[in-house]
Amino acid sequence: MAEYLLIESRDPSEADVGYFYELAAGLAQAGNRVTLFLVQNGVFPARPSAQSHALGRVAVSGVQVLADEFALRERGIAADRLLAGVRPASLEVAVDRLAAGCKAVWH
Amino acid sequence: MTTRTTLTLVLMDAPYENARTTTALRLLDIAARRGYNVNVFAYEGAVYVPFAKQAPHPNAVHGRDVAEEDHPNPKDWVAAIMAEAERQGGKIDWVQCGLCVDERGAAESIPGPRRGSPADLVKFAEASDNTLVIPTK
Repeated sequence: MAEYLLIESRDPSEADVGYFYELAAGLAQAGNRVTLFLVQNGVFPARPSAQSHALGRVAVSGVQVLADEFALRERGIAADRLLAGVRPASLEVAVDRLAAGCKAVWH
Repeated sequence: MTTRTTLTLVLMDAPYENARTTTALRLLDIAARRGYNVNVFAYEGAVYVPFAKQAPHPNAVHGRDVAEEDHPNPKDWVAAIMAEAERQGGKIDWVQCGLCVDERGAAESIPGPRRGSPADLVKFAEASDNTLVIPTK
């Protein structure tokens, strides 16, 4: 089992994030430990909306989905009203994962 | 003997253009505060992140002088992060891609960053616990 840190910086309205979500879910289904860390505009679908369905599927697929608290605050997204399965987190967590040697991919 | 964690970050974006620069510097800041060693390979527009001639400016449209505008310059953030790393016993080894620097006339960086080549990136990756590439697209 490998550990992966996938960092998504874009939101579905500006880029094709679907394949990155699918990559996260696929890696988890293959038995890997996967963290999908949302940063910058990547946190937008963490706010329940019409664009949240794909992220919602990832969040119940065995992937740990985290949203950067700083990016949430910047965009006025309340951390206690996130999509089910998405948790707010400090960017420190991403550094923890990097220091632990997780395979890291930025999108 | 404990081994200090070493990370490598690869930066590509020019400053003032995308939140990726801010996020990259936030990651770098966290690592520096932890006393990690961090290698940075800056190429393409990212060689302007530590550019020494960045200057604060007033904002006439909003009627603010230089002090009121308090315009942030990433070169100052880089300097602060390097100083913090040193305080914590770590080191930021920031390499500027030489070809990218020459193309852009960006040789005048703040003290700290050094000129290098993609060969340095290979050495960084081989000597690091992890490498994160932050691409423009």
